[in-house]
Amino acid sequence: MIPAKFDYLAPTTVADALAALAEHGDEAKLMAGGQSLLPVLRLRLNAPEVVIDLGRIEGLSGIREDGDVLVIGALTTHDEVVNSDLVKTHAAVLAKAAAQVADPQVRHRGTLGGALAHADPAGDLGAPILALGATLVIEGAGGSRTVAADDFFVDLFETAVGEDEVLTEIRIPKHTGWGAHYEKFVRIKHQWPIVGIAATVRMNGDTIAEARIGLTNMGSTPLRARSVEGNLAGSPATEEAVGAATAGVADGTNPPSDLNGAADYRKHLARVLTRRAVLKAAGR
Amino acid sequence: MTATAEETTAEVGREIGKDRRRKEDQRLITGRTRWTDNIQLNGMLHVAMVRSPFAHATITSIDTTAAKAAENVVGVYTGKDLEATQGVCINAWPITKDQVAPTHTPVAIDRATFAGEIVAVVVARSAAAARDASELVDVEYAELPAALDLKEAAADTVLAHPDLGTNKSAYWVFDSSEAGTGGDVEEAIAAARAGGIVIEREYRQQRLIPAFMEPRSVVVDPTGEQITMWSATQIPHILRFALAATTGVPESKIRVIAPDVGGGFGGKLQTTPEEWIVWDLARRLGKPVKYTETRSESLMAAHHGRDQWQKLTLAATADGTVTGLKVDLLADMGSHISLVGGGVPVLGAFMFNAIYKFPAYRFACQTVLTNKTWTDAYRGAGRPEATFAIERIMDELAVEVGVDPLVIREQNWIKHEEFPFTTVCGMQYDSGNYEAATEKAKQIFGYDALRAEQQERRARKDRVQLGIGVSTFTEMCGLAPSRVLGSLDYGAGGWEYASVRMLATGKVEVITGASAHGQGHETAFSQIVADRLGVPFEDVEVLHGDTQVAHKGLDTYGSRSLVVGGEALVRAADKVIEKAKPLAAHLLEASVDDIEFGNGRLTVRGTDKGLALTELALATFASHNYPEGMEPGLDADSTYDPVNFSFPHGTHLCAMEIDTETGEAKMRKYTCVDDIGNIINPLIVAGQVHGGLVQGIAQALWEEAVFDDSGTLVSGSFVDYLLPTAADTISFDIAHTTSPATSNSLGTKGVGEAGTIASTPAVVNAVVDAIRQFGVNDVVMPCTPERVWNAIQSGGSSEGAAQ
Repeated sequence: MIPAKFDYLAPTTVADALAALAEHGDEAKLMAGGQSLLPVLRLRLNAPEVVIDLGRIEGLSGIREDGDVLVIGALTTHDEVVNSDLVKTHAAVLAKAAAQVADPQVRHRGTLGGALAHADPAGDLGAPILALGATLVIEGAGGSRTVAADDFFVDLFETAVGEDEVLTEIRIPKHTGWGAHYEKFVRIKHQWPIVGIAATVRMNGDTIAEARIGLTNMGSTPLRARSVEGNLAGSPATEEAVGAATAGVADGTNPPSDLNGAADYRKHLARVLTRRAVLKAAGR
Repeated sequence: MTATAEETTAEVGREIGKDRRRKEDQRLITGRTRWTDNIQLNGMLHVAMVRSPFAHATITSIDTTAAKAAENVVGVYTGKDLEATQGVCINAWPITKDQVAPTHTPVAIDRATFAGEIVAVVVARSAAAARDASELVDVEYAELPAALDLKEAAADTVLAHPDLGTNKSAYWVFDSSEAGTGGDVEEAIAAARAGGIVIEREYRQQRLIPAFMEPRSVVVDPTGEQITMWSATQIPHILRFALAATTGVPESKIRVIAPDVGGGFGGKLQTTPEEWIVWDLARRLGKPVKYTETRSESLMAAHHGRDQWQKLTLAATADGTVTGLKVDLLADMGSHISLVGGGVPVLGAFMFNAIYKFPAYRFACQTVLTNKTWTDAYRGAGRPEATFAIERIMDELAVEVGVDPLVIREQNWIKHEEFPFTTVCGMQYDSGNYEAATEKAKQIFGYDALRAEQQERRARKDRVQLGIGVSTFTEMCGLAPSRVLGSLDYGAGGWEYASVRMLATGKVEVITGASAHGQGHETAFSQIVADRLGVPFEDVEVLHGDTQVAHKGLDTYGSRSLVVGGEALVRAADKVIEKAKPLAAHLLEASVDDIEFGNGRLTVRGTDKGLALTELALATFASHNYPEGMEPGLDADSTYDPVNFSFPHGTHLCAMEIDTETGEAKMRKYTCVDDIGNIINPLIVAGQVHGGLVQGIAQALWEEAVFDDSGTLVSGSFVDYLLPTAADTISFDIAHTTSPATSNSLGTKGVGEAGTIASTPAVVNAVVDAIRQFGVNDVVMPCTPERVWNAIQSGGSSEGAAQ
């Protein structure tokens, strides 16, 4: 498991990282926590000439409030997200999903920004980021720009981050007081989800006032189930009503078929698991 | 601790049965030890393998120019380059006289026969340089049709080795009427068709990957008089023999060392192409050479296990007393007949009758060559397969008769008072008590309460249904009486060797030929010797795994180390005491007949005069004063050949919760009561049972080596080959009953494989039990949520494995 030879750069500022990217172009690969990149290198599935390690850049990690927004630095580890009171209070579905990423070792090294930029459709964190309507801050030579989560995931392992850009921050509108649940369906614990459902709901008594639903591994990118969200608004939080409201969650999705299940089975799972996730998020 | 308690701990006889933490764990767990890959030698070169991506292809050309020119590369060799010197990988167990087996050259010469076979090797000054250059070797292949599906391969539709003209390797039969050990199975089936019950089932034993923790690694140092090979192997002694037998180097010039070895599960019970290649390269280049496989290579090219189709016909009376069992097996050997690969199904042949009194039995097995990774022993080797099939079909019989699965078993099992019992296979079971183990298991499990809950959930059509699975297993351990192995055409014996060296400083060195690879021999064997010789546990050092230290041995597999190796050790220790008696008599000026041994001391009967055994060891070191005719020294050794196998048994009960909406199978409770005879170290036993259970449960629920239509291993990493961790298991209830083995003086039976053998059918029986109400009578392993859900939906078996 020896990677092909590469040069290693460890810039200490975003500007230096951008300069390195500009110099090496598509021969370079950014590394955050390395939990997805290193296996790829070791298996020689990819052989970049330069690896640019973002880990020495000050200020890219940490969680803070900015008014109605929670700001998470791209290099914040999953473990920090899981244990953050701010995240648990204002973006609980993200904390719950991050708690189920891989295993403890990976959660201590892997980062939120790295996972999102890697854009594995089976990654656990795209779905909650979509559900929470986050905004992603991307820095490039010309300064920084923001992209809505809806526009961030372009395709399999492809995002709105350009080859000469760096994802620096994830800005999440506070969902204070929203119930949340991440329903991850796996055969063994450290597996990528066969299907994952991120659900967060705002309750009004026994009624679901608002719901946000993100789907993991139901297509080439994480998906947001807007029509289901619409159905759920105003729905009573009962098994029957939620079941009816979420029945169409798999419509129009294009999940993969692999050793863990055929596409049709995944669609079936998505229906069952979305109902369950919403009910759990609603405290039922 | 009170003073009394401390005195008690020092008493002789206290070590056996004690929960000793393992001596070896600190170094094994921290990795601060001599794993093969840790070995660094002056001038050492490194090897990377070039492997075929095709399951079956002619090698049309190999261009090594670019690789040879790469930085720090010393040489690049193809099969043709090494043809004269590389030797062959051996098959030590041709199960029939006319067994068909292709020649197994370490590097393929003109044809690759599975995806992962080595076609060229690169030697460089660093492992990284070798790996880089291996990508520069340009191999051109002409793809050939590949024999991939076992049943199709058995029909010779596509040939794995066209030159052999068939894929059928060997057809091996045991028939109780021919052997004179039982009746005619066809008669039994005919009678049952007329007025009883006949159940026919076909079960699939999926292919598994042993997936030991330490990837295989080998170092060969050709400098000096002996050529030394370090290898992460279970079998240093067999390896040394095979090297001598196939490469022409005298055995006396070969030293093989298995340093600390990180697991094997049978997967390192092999003589590998990689070992032969490194051996050849080191001798060719005159320098130490190392190869350590990657995990990807390990999954693809270290031998796989299981992979059988099992067709069973069970005949019984209308009330469920079994009158005959017929077994027809197809066993996938993969591309080559490996060290004992052909023998694996044969090891199962004597176990399909399990704990039952079947009057008639016939077993027939066809071993088949395919273009997949070759198969061989994997934890249990043949016996898990047999146990799975019989325990599954006994459940089917219970359903047919309409009784509890434990009732049908009791009706058919050997009663305690019937031991020793000669089975329909001619095996003599020496001891056992199935009633006691079952009763204890039922109590701990809460069998009746769980059955009631099952009924209750069924009645209210709960989304989560409960299933209860039973497995009352036995196995043959302590491989093996050499004469029996001879009668089965096995190429070696089954004895074991031990030696006890009394050092002048009062310490004791113990040598065992059973080379451990994680089992804890150093601890358990220390306990045995400490008790036997009355010396402190800490003063015993157990040495193994180096053919210049343990010059004889047959290594570790088949739950044999304690049963066979432990007995050799007891006999060697007893010889030490006998040797010490005349010396003690001489020094104590007493008659040898008056010398008694106890608590580590040799004393003169009826007096307070005596000497510690360790004092006598010092006396023999100086040898200033010893009896005429005695040789100085107390050291002794023993080679022990067992007279019988041992037969551990147990009752395993498993409760599974099936989410009928998703098909997810979740373990609720698992209880096992194993009768493994006397226990040396309960802590080690618990570890073996826990690990064994998880490995067997993993076959039922998670693991499968899957190949695609072109013969590429799809489950080629741990992303797709699902190895469970502690996070995936529950706390097991483990307990024991004890019927000591009568075949060895410690009364032990062996425990290395029990959990794996027993647990797979317990889990699948539980899964099927939960969803039988929907018309399901089988779920193919691994019982994935999708398969379980599909079975519920279709109201039948998943993927048509059963009728």
